[in-house]
Amino acid sequence: MTQIATDLLLEATGIAKTYGAVVALRSASLAVRPGEVHALMGANGAGKSTLVKILTGNVRPDSGRIVIRGRERTVHSPADARRGGLVSVYQEPALVPDLDIRSNLVLTDTPIDAFRHWTHELGIGDLDVSDTARQLPLATLRIIDLARALAIEPDVLMLDEMTAALPANLTERVLEVIGRQRGGDRSVIFISHRMIEIAAVCDRATVLREGETVGVIDVNQGSEERIVELMLGRIVQGIPARMSEGAAPVARASDLPPRLSAQGLSSDAKLQDVSFELFAGEVLGVVALEGQGQDELFDILSGSERASGGELLVDGATASFRHPADAIRAGIVYVAADRAEALLPQRSVSENITLPVTARIRNWGLIDLGAERRRVSGAVEKLQIDARAGGEVRRLSGGNQQKVTIARWVAGGVRTMLCFDPTRGIDIGTKQQIYTLLRDLAGAGAAVLLYTSELKEVQLVCDRAIVLFGGRLVAEIEADEADEPTLLRAAYNLRPDAAMPEEVAAELVAAEAASDGGAPSSGLGTPSDQSTNDR
Amino acid sequence: MSAASPTIDETRSRPSEAVVDWVRRNGWTLGLLGLLALLLIYTRMINSNYGVAGIQALAISILPLALAAVAQAICVISGGIDLSIGSMMALTSVFAAANMQGQSEEFAVAIVLATLVFGLLLGAINGSLIVVTRVPDIVVTLAMAFVWGGSALLVLKTPAGGSAAWLKNLVLGPIGVDWIPKAAIVLLVIVAVIWFPLRRSRLGLSIYAIGSNQLAAFRSGVPIGRTKITAYALTGLFSAFAGLSLTASTGIGNPVPGPYTLMSVAAVVLGGVSLAGGRGGVFGPIVGVVILQLVQIDLAFMSLDPNLSLVTQGLILIGVVMFGSLLQWRRSRR
Repeated sequence: MTQIATDLLLEATGIAKTYGAVVALRSASLAVRPGEVHALMGANGAGKSTLVKILTGNVRPDSGRIVIRGRERTVHSPADARRGGLVSVYQEPALVPDLDIRSNLVLTDTPIDAFRHWTHELGIGDLDVSDTARQLPLATLRIIDLARALAIEPDVLMLDEMTAALPANLTERVLEVIGRQRGGDRSVIFISHRMIEIAAVCDRATVLREGETVGVIDVNQGSEERIVELMLGRIVQGIPARMSEGAAPVARASDLPPRLSAQGLSSDAKLQDVSFELFAGEVLGVVALEGQGQDELFDILSGSERASGGELLVDGATASFRHPADAIRAGIVYVAADRAEALLPQRSVSENITLPVTARIRNWGLIDLGAERRRVSGAVEKLQIDARAGGEVRRLSGGNQQKVTIARWVAGGVRTMLCFDPTRGIDIGTKQQIYTLLRDLAGAGAAVLLYTSELKEVQLVCDRAIVLFGGRLVAEIEADEADEPTLLRAAYNLRPDAAMPEEVAAELVAAEAASDGGAPSSGLGTPSDQSTNDR
Repeated sequence: MSAASPTIDETRSRPSEAVVDWVRRNGWTLGLLGLLALLLIYTRMINSNYGVAGIQALAISILPLALAAVAQAICVISGGIDLSIGSMMALTSVFAAANMQGQSEEFAVAIVLATLVFGLLLGAINGSLIVVTRVPDIVVTLAMAFVWGGSALLVLKTPAGGSAAWLKNLVLGPIGVDWIPKAAIVLLVIVAVIWFPLRRSRLGLSIYAIGSNQLAAFRSGVPIGRTKITAYALTGLFSAFAGLSLTASTGIGNPVPGPYTLMSVAAVVLGGVSLAGGRGGVFGPIVGVVILQLVQIDLAFMSLDPNLSLVTQGLILIGVVMFGSLLQWRRSRR
């Protein structure tokens, strides 16, 4: 082939980005050839989303260079990226909600005929462009976003979790259209948690780990295992001994009902038929990739949202939460991932700790300051919160803030604690303290449900773990077996014995299409077919 | 088409449905027009002498406030708020009056144009300060209200100055038929010439976009800072029109700001512009201004205590907005 054909379409090298003390990207690189669909892979926290934000101009890198079609580009905004030939479809649709679709197209200089062509191809040909974006369902908006991007005909099209919110029939159309982009002049960067889609449409995959590019591999049969290996890397040695050695879990009393029992919990399409039991004296881990229904699960359990189906039992009795206060009354407390959601940043540590207690007081009397002080100093001591308890919470470090959110519940006595990624973005020392605290709580008879994005925490802290994928509970793993490879495979739903929701759905669609006699038959079949094809 | 999305309704595109659609989209303004018609009938009922003279007086009294409401509407649509409109009106009004006094009619044309550019500049300064310093718009424009208000007193210490005769003739009196006031035509022409072409342009869409969802606008390639400054500059331009209309209708310039800033916010809210940004237009606020003014006149006809009249205006504002929100809420639940 000629020189031009072997040239790279997009080349990013040495991309680095730090946020304060946190290194998001150390040295990431990405090289995309013309005419290929290129997957960008990485576990939670590998730096994938930061790299995407840098390439699309939403975040400026500390260092590194981006070259598109041989020209170095400084990308300061999505408009810059577009001028450079890179258009992105984000997880959140980039359509202005109060404008109609036609105006949204004008805003991005999108040719309407080309847009129309792609909406037909993608299966929403009956779209009315005078509809306001706000009125349309999320799945339709994502397709509109994709059609708009395709109509601009960018050199590089970046799709970030494009299929996440789509029903199976639209997913199939999208994958078919993306597959047809191959072999031309333009390229696609494809980001997905679904291995089956990677296998179906991607030519090569770049894998990130801990802010660095650790490998670029051709996607073919069996490459899934190789990708998982790359994402894991060598398992980091020097992990502290399992916390539970010190405080052995309380034996499950068979005559007592579970503290918390979820039976077929559902939340529209986001969470489907999830059942599990949480016993007193145990820490139950929840493992999932981003957006697999864990947010909805914790919202339901903590009373922030109501389930659309299923039942929740607390100590064997049916419970129905209309408000977080109901859950707190039933002894279920929630430690949110986003500390800003939980704390009053301008108020003192002691006020923050006693807030749930004072909020519970029924009479309008004065707050007993003596009792408050005793409670606060007890909790501060127990958690080793590094602060003069009079200072404002916003001045504390992230780790100490997180300890305050936990302390407020410890101060009032805990029966059931829901923790959503409590160690995200905090230092290792504080993490250790939180692990110890959670084990101590369980040792004292509390039940703890812990969602964590750090897989190694499962073996450190949990007695067992449940795994969510596509809104369903796909595995339950005992702590002894819950090493990182096992958990990651389970999180990608790669166990051969587990049914894959997409596969089932895709087969259904294929069967339906076949019975209609008008199945699309160009190049790409259903995703499940393609993954087993040899390329 | 079994694979087509089930989420898109397939019926549409019949002309009658387009009308229904249009009515639904402009429901708020149509409702306001209905309320205005009822008020006019009521005014006629309680005062059978209300006629041509009343309409003329009404038009000339609403002109400055209507232009201020348009100014505020543009700013609020872009997701901001401008508390310096009243002060910008005072400053542009005295600027025009002080410079026109004793000058030729022809020179006054240049002064009018200079005043408009001056207003545009004042607004651009407001917008630039908000964008560059990242201080909240409500704080910046409140502070600038003092700056522009003080500057107006530097230009003229007391109400003084003059206005060209042609400028007065432009807004005073009827045009053609007796009961069509010139002021109303001037208002419509200004809005039609500046706002309507703009609204459908990329710039106009960008103003709606940054008010609706800033992140989505950014990702669509809209330059956020530049668009925001432009929106504030337009607010300044319409404030200058409002200031000029004060000079034209009174013949002098008054350095003390009238109650226009807060009244413009009230008119914008009444006119169906979302204070959260991104939604509404300028026609609703204009109708809102007429309603507010007419209510005041009616209460005067009913010889109500002027203080009670203010209380009543406030209650009507709350009542109308609550009623409208209730209707929208019920519609969204269906």
